[in-house]
Amino acid sequence: MTTIEELIAPSLISVDLSATDRRGALEELARLLERDGRVVDVPTYVDAVWAREEETGGTGMESGIAIPHAKSPAVARASVAFGRSASGVDFGAEDGTKADLIFLIAAPEGADDLHVTVLSRLARRLVHEPFRASLREAPTAEAVFDIVKQEVEL
Amino acid sequence: MKIVAVTSCPTGIAHSEMAAEALETAARQRGHEIHVEVQGAAGAPPLDSSLIAEAQAVIFAVDAEVRDRGRFSHLPSVEVRTREAIDRAGEVVDRAVAAATAAPAVTPAAALVRAEPAATAGRAERIRRWLMTGVSYMIPFVVGGGILIAFAFVIGGAVEVTEFSVIQDGQVQFAGDVDAPFWTWFGAVLLTIGGLAFSMLVPILAGFIAYAMADRPGIAPGLVGGLVAREIGAGFLGGLVAGLLAGLVVQQMKKIPVKGTLQRMLPILVYPIFGTAIVGLVMLLVVGEPVAAASRALTDWLESLSGTNEILLGIIIGGMMAFDMGGPVNKVAYAFGILSLDSGNFQIMAAVMAAGITPPLGMALASVLRPKLYTEEEREAGEAAWVMGISFITEGAIPFAAADPLRVIPSLMVGSAVTGALSLAFNATLQAPHGGIWVIGLIGNALPYLVAIAIGTVVTALMVNVLKSLRRTPAQQAPAGVTVDA
Repeated sequence: MTTIEELIAPSLISVDLSATDRRGALEELARLLERDGRVVDVPTYVDAVWAREEETGGTGMESGIAIPHAKSPAVARASVAFGRSASGVDFGAEDGTKADLIFLIAAPEGADDLHVTVLSRLARRLVHEPFRASLREAPTAEAVFDIVKQEVEL
Repeated sequence: MKIVAVTSCPTGIAHSEMAAEALETAARQRGHEIHVEVQGAAGAPPLDSSLIAEAQAVIFAVDAEVRDRGRFSHLPSVEVRTREAIDRAGEVVDRAVAAATAAPAVTPAAALVRAEPAATAGRAERIRRWLMTGVSYMIPFVVGGGILIAFAFVIGGAVEVTEFSVIQDGQVQFAGDVDAPFWTWFGAVLLTIGGLAFSMLVPILAGFIAYAMADRPGIAPGLVGGLVAREIGAGFLGGLVAGLLAGLVVQQMKKIPVKGTLQRMLPILVYPIFGTAIVGLVMLLVVGEPVAAASRALTDWLESLSGTNEILLGIIIGGMMAFDMGGPVNKVAYAFGILSLDSGNFQIMAAVMAAGITPPLGMALASVLRPKLYTEEEREAGEAAWVMGISFITEGAIPFAAADPLRVIPSLMVGSAVTGALSLAFNATLQAPHGGIWVIGLIGNALPYLVAIAIGTVVTALMVNVLKSLRRTPAQQAPAGVTVDA
């Protein structure tokens, strides 16, 4: 059984994103994935994510989360990077809310295995306010990791 | 209240799941029972047909096509993007409840009967949905092209606008370049545009049948197969073959068990190259020759019949005109009419045109008489079909025929056969190769001629509606990708 630990790690989490625009935030998070060997080609992957953003008008929600994602051959294995932004980044939410909790999902082409199940469970948990609140309060990357792990494995 | 919902998004990882969770949470908070089918990558099982039968409303929170939408056709529905469902799930649930209160679902017993064939998704039913998807993408081309051509006839004169071409040797001919009045020239311009729209009918039909069957990878092989069908003159029936073939080929290729790099290459290289090649080869080398041979045989046969029983000839020509509406059989009959016209026999040309007028008129009338038998889109196509019918643009009936060929084509043929025979019996004549009502001045015995057309129109309309109502109501199965908001 795939566990959330295979998908996310403290090294893939930034509680203080420096980028303030969408493209920059995507690249910053994608580089975290690259450093961990999960994404092999940052520009290709970011382009794929960007295309999805354009297609859907953005993945930002009014609750302040954004889930940019794409399947791409530039992804070595299914992963999630998380970034928290103090200023917020525009991800095209309907009401203009900036996203402060950004989950960047990377899936290899043709991914329809157990990883997807775990990713979808994470996505489902994000609908719930208490989970979002605890992500906003977590002081460190490790703390975020623990919260995510706990929430998704319940 | 019992609610069912379908969520879907292109990648099927995040938004479909979030929308599902949000809807479930909001509905339960409001004391409703909800069951959600996530059409995502995780491959959740479809909703049980009994749940759908018991439900009072359906919510579609979708950014992508809903698979097997027909299962929900008896329910009042609300359709939103996934984002709206995530951001404002409560509001969406409230709207579904309001829709259910305003227009209650049909009785559960009837729903069960209707839900059953779709839920088990029999082969015929699946094919029907694929065809409907192709048709729904084709309709704008039929309507746009058909109305522009009709308008060209009206402003420029039906015969005059075809006497020169607006693009010659790659050069656009402007009003001053041609020896024709301005409005004739402008009509010819519109005719060119409309004709180009029409040239997309078969490729689009084929491409989007394949899309319904095999998703995006189906489009390229389907479109190319449709182009080949057009080039070999196989008409829309050739397009149906090309689309179904392309869908099948890509469906099969998707089952190839490979992993890793090779798997990544499938959608990028394998589907487009091999899918297109296989479909193109089959259409060109296997379908092409029989079509040409059949055309030649039919031509010889028709010629051997000329001079024999007039009524019989009218019946045969009429049936042929309606059989494939622009396809090889229709073309043989039409060419026979032109040939007769050139040799001074004006009766045959009149019968040919009359028989080409009734199919769109018949379907337009049918969709007005029994609107419930037709989808919203078909009813709109029916409105445009009036104009196309009177303009002798037989293609106006193609959307109906492509969606339900086994019931529609025989009805069109019978109506056209009656009209063709009557036209000859009434001794009507026509001294123009096309134009419909717009060349009425060139029609001899015009009044009986119109009566012949009217009778055939009524015959087609009544027959197709009887055939359609013998089975379950097709309008209940809207094509995928079309909103059926209650």
